[in-house]
Amino acid sequence: MENLKLNVNVAGVHFKNPLIAASGTFGFGLEYKDYIDLNQLGGISVTGLTLEPRKGNPPPRIVETPSGILNSVGLQNPGVEYFIESVLPELKQYNTIIIANINGNSLDEYCHMASRLQQADIHMLELNLSCPNVKQGGVSFGTDPKMVYSITKAVKKHSYQPLVVKLTPNVTDITEIALAAQQGGADAISLVNTFLGMAIDVKTRRPVLGNITGGLSGPAIKPIALRMVWQVSKVVDIPIIGMGGIMTGQEVVEFLLAGATAVSVGTANLVSPNSMIEILNELKNYMVNNKIFDIHELIGGLIV
Amino acid sequence: MYRHSVEIIENKKIASNIYKMTIISNHVAQTANPGQFIHIKIPYDESLLLRRPISINGVNRDQNLVDIVYQVVGKGTKILSHLVTGEKLDILGPLGRGFWIPKGTKKIYIVGGGCGVAPIRFIGERWNHLDITSFLGFRGQSWAYQIDEFEKFSIKVFLSSDDGSIGFKGPIISLLDKQLSIDKPDLIMACGPIHMIKALQKTLIKYDIPCQISLEERMGCGIGGCLVCTCAIGSKNNWNYKKVCTHGPVFWSEEVILDGEFETKC
Ligand SMILES: Cc1cc2nc3c(=O)[nH]c(=O)nc-3n(C[C@H](O)[C@H](O)[C@H](O)COP(=O)(O)OP(=O)(O)OC[C@H]3O[C@@H](n4cnc5c(N)ncnc54)[C@H](O)[C@@H]3O)c2cc1C
Ligand SMILES: Cc1cc2nc3c(=O)[nH]c(=O)nc-3n(C[C@H](O)[C@H](O)[C@H](O)COP(=O)(O)O)c2cc1C
Ligand code: FES
Repeated sequence: MENLKLNVNVAGVHFKNPLIAASGTFGFGLEYKDYIDLNQLGGISVTGLTLEPRKGNPPPRIVETPSGILNSVGLQNPGVEYFIESVLPELKQYNTIIIANINGNSLDEYCHMASRLQQADIHMLELNLSCPNVKQGGVSFGTDPKMVYSITKAVKKHSYQPLVVKLTPNVTDITEIALAAQQGGADAISLVNTFLGMAIDVKTRRPVLGNITGGLSGPAIKPIALRMVWQVSKVVDIPIIGMGGIMTGQEVVEFLLAGATAVSVGTANLVSPNSMIEILNELKNYMVNNKIFDIHELIGGLIV
Repeated sequence: MYRHSVEIIENKKIASNIYKMTIISNHVAQTANPGQFIHIKIPYDESLLLRRPISINGVNRDQNLVDIVYQVVGKGTKILSHLVTGEKLDILGPLGRGFWIPKGTKKIYIVGGGCGVAPIRFIGERWNHLDITSFLGFRGQSWAYQIDEFEKFSIKVFLSSDDGSIGFKGPIISLLDKQLSIDKPDLIMACGPIHMIKALQKTLIKYDIPCQISLEERMGCGIGGCLVCTCAIGSKNNWNYKKVCTHGPVFWSEEVILDGEFETKC
């Protein structure tokens, strides 16, 4: 097992293995430090940051649906300044890639955040154009290819670190959006964010979520996420971080075969704090059992 | 706080739709405090992704036993109710910040409604050196449980039910209110449905008595990472969403803002 080559390179950033904690499901990483060795993770995409602190949406913010969850957290976070000053110093003591997930209400806000993070000791920026739980910005930017192009282009000018653009799956043609991000200068693409959904309580006749609608994640979305990663991988030249419902090592392999260079694990972290370590071990076992010694043998290896 | 596999020692019905399960866990039995909970992975149905938070009802430190009491309200608790002795459960815990006894506290009132009676029992068991009066509200006789346990550590147990089949007919908070007008404890500790907590908060405006309440909110990770379990905490003009799983589930009553919260099932 020790000889396995698991490291991957995404837009010049070196990950020791392809597993990244998905934004919003892993706090700032530190919440998990008593449960797992953060040094074993390929990377951590921290909880969605905004320029100013944000309270987030009213509760309830989560509801379980068959093999999935709907969430409507709404980007509750202490703001980018607090992250840089009070979180990053401790987080940087761990040997893992740190990705800052940024969210704005306007083009200006995105650029402002990217500028502020230029001097911060992070490895990558993830431009979230896909949050379904905020009224302004978020998904409304991510569904229009022209907007995706212009925001990516503008933020790229202000960013020092490699720029990942995170796509929403709530679109008719995901490849069109992915190409717009690539043309705008994205160094990598991550997909998918959550699918807009809702749940209703028939006893009270009210929506279960305080925000009425929420984002669907977990195993329920995996087949669609996988299809989207595969479609995007056929049209773009930049690396892809794939995600959506990964709960096992086997499913990491599926996303790699579909064309992802790395993957993110989200909902699984809500199920058990040590899920990512289990998934990593399953991935290693798969490789050993199938005599694969370099993870690159899997990336884009789908036989059609 | 860690994740481990525990064996079920006993799982039995103790009232209408209410079950008591005893598990063996050295870690939980030795480290848990009243008000803390365990986060249980539901076995046999992979589609039920999320763990279910259930309060600790009591522990036996000599034998490393842990009791939980749960009401069957949906798919997860239904599966739990079918489990038998010898089966295993994947749990996380003990989690959360439980009740605590401020210095100088001698006399406490403990208040529980419905499944909120379960965590309150652990308070009496752990801190039985205090002068304890219990207030327990149930839907009716057939929903009542563990009253004999409360009698062991309480100076007096006040009972009420919605239908009058046991104790006073009416809300338990009315009984509490009456008692508070003649006698005051150093501290009140409570757990129960939202309407009970709201009534308690309203009653407390009249009295200057500190009160800790345990909240329920839908949860994900249970360890502070996902921000789905929040409740508004602070004052009317200066509040923030705090995590029930790690900042709570126990908060000072006066700082909990429940305006927008609706009834849950139990
Ligand atoms: C800190 C804490 C302690 C609790 N302690 C107890 C206890 O000691 N005894 C007891 O009977 N119940 C307790 N509850 C409530 C218990 O967690 C729910 O009744 C249970 O999760 C319902 O699961 P289900 O699958 O049967 O219901 P379903 O309705 O099928 O559950 C669907 C989803 O909603 C969540 N959910 C449903 N109702 C609640 C609720 N009231 N609170 C939080 N999440 C809910 C479930 O966890 C699950 O994710 C506690 C809740 C919290 C937050
Ligand atoms: C509770 C929760 C919060 C999330 N918050 C964010 C966020 O702040 N920024 C973001 O880009 N994605 C966010 N997401 C989306 C995830 O990063 C991920 O794209 C999605 O959940 C799909 O992966 P999964 O099925 O493995 O969870 C969130 C998801 C969940 C469940
Ligand atoms: S349940 Fe995840 S933060 Fe409380």
